[in-house]
Parts: sequence; C-alpha cells; structure tokens
Amino acid sequence: MTTDEILYARFSLQRSNFHLDAELSIPNHGVTGVFGHSGSGKTTLLRCLAGLERSDRGQLRVDGIHWQDGSKGLFMPAYQRPIGMVFQEARLFPHLTVLENIRYGIKRKRTESKPVDLDHVIEVLAIEHLLNRKPDKLSGGEQQRGAIARALLTGPKLLLMDEPLSALDGACKAEFMPFLQRLHNELLTPIIYVTHSLGEITQLADHLVLMENGKTIASSPLDTMLARLDLPLAREEDAVTVINGVVSGIDRQYGLAQVETAIGILYVEAQGLSDHSQLKVHIHARDVSLSLKQPESSSTLNIVEARISEIAECTPTQVNVMLMADDTPLLSRVTRLSCDRLDLQPGMKVYAQIKSISLKRSF
Amino acid sequence: MMEIPGLGPFLLTLKLAGVTIMVLLILGTPLAWWLARTRSRLKMPMEAIVALPLVLPPTVIGFYLLIVLGPQGFIGGPWMSLTGSALTFTFTGLVVASVLYSLPFVVQPLQNAFESIGDAPLEAAWVSGARPLDAFFTVAVPLARRGYITAAVLGFAHTLGEFGVILMVGGNIPGETRVISIAIYDHVETMAYSEAHAMSAILLVFSFIVLLGVYTTNRRWRPL
Repeated sequence: MTTDEILYARFSLQRSNFHLDAELSIPNHGVTGVFGHSGSGKTTLLRCLAGLERSDRGQLRVDGIHWQDGSKGLFMPAYQRPIGMVFQEARLFPHLTVLENIRYGIKRKRTESKPVDLDHVIEVLAIEHLLNRKPDKLSGGEQQRGAIARALLTGPKLLLMDEPLSALDGACKAEFMPFLQRLHNELLTPIIYVTHSLGEITQLADHLVLMENGKTIASSPLDTMLARLDLPLAREEDAVTVINGVVSGIDRQYGLAQVETAIGILYVEAQGLSDHSQLKVHIHARDVSLSLKQPESSSTLNIVEARISEIAECTPTQVNVMLMADDTPLLSRVTRLSCDRLDLQPGMKVYAQIKSISLKRSF
Repeated sequence: MMEIPGLGPFLLTLKLAGVTIMVLLILGTPLAWWLARTRSRLKMPMEAIVALPLVLPPTVIGFYLLIVLGPQGFIGGPWMSLTGSALTFTFTGLVVASVLYSLPFVVQPLQNAFESIGDAPLEAAWVSGARPLDAFFTVAVPLARRGYITAAVLGFAHTLGEFGVILMVGGNIPGETRVISIAIYDHVETMAYSEAHAMSAILLVFSFIVLLGVYTTNRRWRPL
C-alpha cells in the first residue's frame, strides 16, 4: 500500500463462463485507466467497485473505509457508496429533464460526499443550454455530458467511467475528449476510466491497470507501463510513448515550437502553444525509425540519439525496439527484415528519427 | 318515486369496478414487480396461476369462490366470525371475486412494463444514491406509466363486463350485488326488452367513451 492510495480492491468472481480475479490499488488523484480487450473483465471489475456486482470473496477499501469485506460478510450496497458512475450509454432518466436528472443525484447525496459546485460543473461540461431538455432531445455526446454532471454532483470520492465514449461516433468522440480532459484538470475527483481504446488511455490516464482474461496483470504509472515490452500494450497497433515536455521557444517564421523533454529538444507544430506551456508529447512507435549512423541531410527534424535496451517480436513481420535516450524509454517499431539487416542488438547505439509527434496539453 | 331505469345497477357497477381496480393496482404492483425481476423457480407457476382467470369459465371461478367465501369456507368462515356477516352475496364478496377475476388484466401489463424497463435505469438510480424502494417509486413507476394506464383501463373494463362470477357469488340483490350486467340479464329473462335496451346502451356508450378517452390521452403522452 502506498501513502497516496485511495482505493484497494481484490475481487474474485465466478460467472458461468467467466472468472474475474482482480487486485488493484488506485492513487487518490488523476485518472486511472483500466485497459483491456472486450471480455477481459474491465466492466465487471468496475461494477464490483460500484456495488452493482457482488463477489463473495472480495475486499474493497476506499479512503480507509471498508466497503466490502468478504471474510466478515460486509457489503455496502451501491446506493450507500459515495461514488459517481458513468455508464457506456448515458442512462439519463428519460422522464426527467437534464437538470432534474442532476438534481436526482444531488438530493440523494451520501453523507461522506464532498461539496461540488453545480455552476462550475455545468460550465466545464457546457450543458447550461441543455438543462431544461429531456434526454431524448439530446445527442449522444450531450446525454453523456449530462450523465457525467449527474455523477459528479453527488460529490463522489471516486468517479467510475465505463467506456463513456463507446456509444459515440467518431466526430462526437473527438468533440468529447476536451471535456474529459478539462474534468481531469479542474475537478480533483479521482477517476477510474475503463476503455479498450489505447488512444483514450494515452490521452487521459496518468496511471494504468492492465487486464487480460479477467485478471489484472499489471498496474503502474502510464509512462512506465508503456515502456514495458513484456506487456501486451506494446503490441497494440497504436503503441505509443508519452513524454512530458515544456515549450522553451517558438519560431513564428516556421510555425514550430521547441519542446524540452527528457529525450532532448523536439520540434512540434506551434499551433495553439505558448512559451513555457507544459504538455505531453505522444510518439507512436510506428513513427520512430532507426538508423545506425547519424543521418545527415535528412528531412526529419527530430532525431534522437539512443541506445537499444531490448528487442521483442511484435507480429510475425514487426519487432518492437525499446530505446533508452538519456534513461528515458522510447518505443520504436520496425520490420523484422530491417532489424535483421541492420543486425540490431541490445546495447547498440542508434539514431531514432521521429516522423511525427502529437501533443496533449498537460494539466 | 320515479327512477331512471338502470341507474342504480349502473352506479353499483362503477363502484365495484372502481374499488376493484384500486385494490388490484395496490396488490398487482408488488406481484408484477416480483414476477418481472425474480429468478425464482416459483415464477412460472405463479404466472400460470395469475393467468388462470383468462382460460377458466367464470362459473368455475365462481363455484370455487362460492365455496371458499361461503360461511363454511376457509376465507368466508373466519370473515363471518370476525365481522358477523358472510362474504357471499355481499358487495365485499363481489370485490374479492372481481379482484381475482381481473387479476391477469392488471398484473400482465404491469409485468410487461416493468420488464421492459430493464436494469439500466435502476442501476443508474442506485449509483445516484437511491435506495431500492426510492428507485422504484421515482424511476420504475414513472417509466411504467403506460403499463399502469393499460392495466387500469383493462382491469376496470373487464370488471364492468363481469357477469358469470358475480351471478355465482353475488346473486341479484338490488343495491348490494345487482350490477348492470345482472340487471340486463334479469330484464331479458322477464322479456322487459326496453329496460334491457336502455341499460345495454348506457354500458355501450360509457365503455366507448372511457376507451376513447384513454386512447387519446395515451397518444398525447407518447413522447414520454
């Protein structure tokens, strides 16, 4: 147990063709992503935390208080747990307006709940103009924002989100992400965010719990987790390295910003950035190519000197190469053919050419 | 004293249907809720019992009720010693009989309505801090509103049209058990066709107006 832990849980649950065997510990700040493919037990785990699923053998302690203790037969029912839950579908009550939905939760605040400012939540989620409408008059994204407001305004100690974007189409998803990022930024409620999208995880999460076949297989800060080749994360199609950075200069003439990071200075699009702003740099493994010699006269701006620390097969045609640039891991994915032609080996010095970088404003 | 023909039996019928539907909604709600949500093995036998009045001839129900509610019956007996009067051939007895007879018409629509709500809104209510009973009244009942309207109308209308069971259990006592269907039968038996016409017309027009009113309001309520 770490000192900043808000939640410790251990569940064992047997369903007809599924066995959940999960253990996790969640920090009391930021977003903890629970990542796994469908059927891995993420949603069941979340339902156990909410008290909607009852495991006979289970332990759940939140903020020092036992919500569930199988050995003592203790089980706090869902309606007593100071949590907010956002489901895949918004589940707003169809017979109530958005505001009435929100009030429904406020009226039933649990005793241990924290105070939350209604106006602030309404502003962050931009739902002021929707308050007097019934849910069936709203788009999927608007409904989901209403549902988040309802969950947040019960003053939860923890906000549980079960793939809140999965019912939204692509455009809605992109539109929705900034709201989630603002939530994370401005409201201090710790969030447990379940998803099967690595993109959502890397954009939102600080901490990551990995699930496979009903088991929690790893749990640690996001950047550490992304740097482990032994986890299935690195084998995802859009495997990524996330690095913190600070803007240290902006070149107006070319529209580029200099970002200081642990792997050196990187150039990124300056659009929307200002000096000294903090951000997270996302580098997709497939955008990192390797060269044994310092590339001269290359069009690639971002070239980083690094040492190979580990190589692992990813697909029959591709390998993952973990690089260490000044003790900071950077993942590269190259074809097995290139790997053999260059005779890449752990310990070798290489130059990583980063073809593109995406950014996320840091909080 | 001049009386409008059929008014007495007509009012008695309304009273019987009104009381019956009240009792049925109160008793039918927990029963329908249980049937909609239980995983018990008793569910199917219970459903079959609830549906029995749909298939049994009213005379069969009436016959058993006559025995059970009679002064020697296992409900009528205790009732007799408790209140001093029998259950058979009384208004109260008719209510008991009507409740049984119209049970499926109330329980089935309610059960369907509760089933179609599903777990999702209830879970949303629980995680919002609503206790199960609170969630039931603030979420399940409003969402089952159409089921309640259907149940109330069907139960009421079915009680209006009741005949066989009443004849068996209630007889034909003016002001007590002489409901309109019995009165019509009586008039036809005694060849008093004009009275039979008047009463039948009242019932026909009234039933039509009730159903029309319900269907129009129901339409207006559709965008829930």
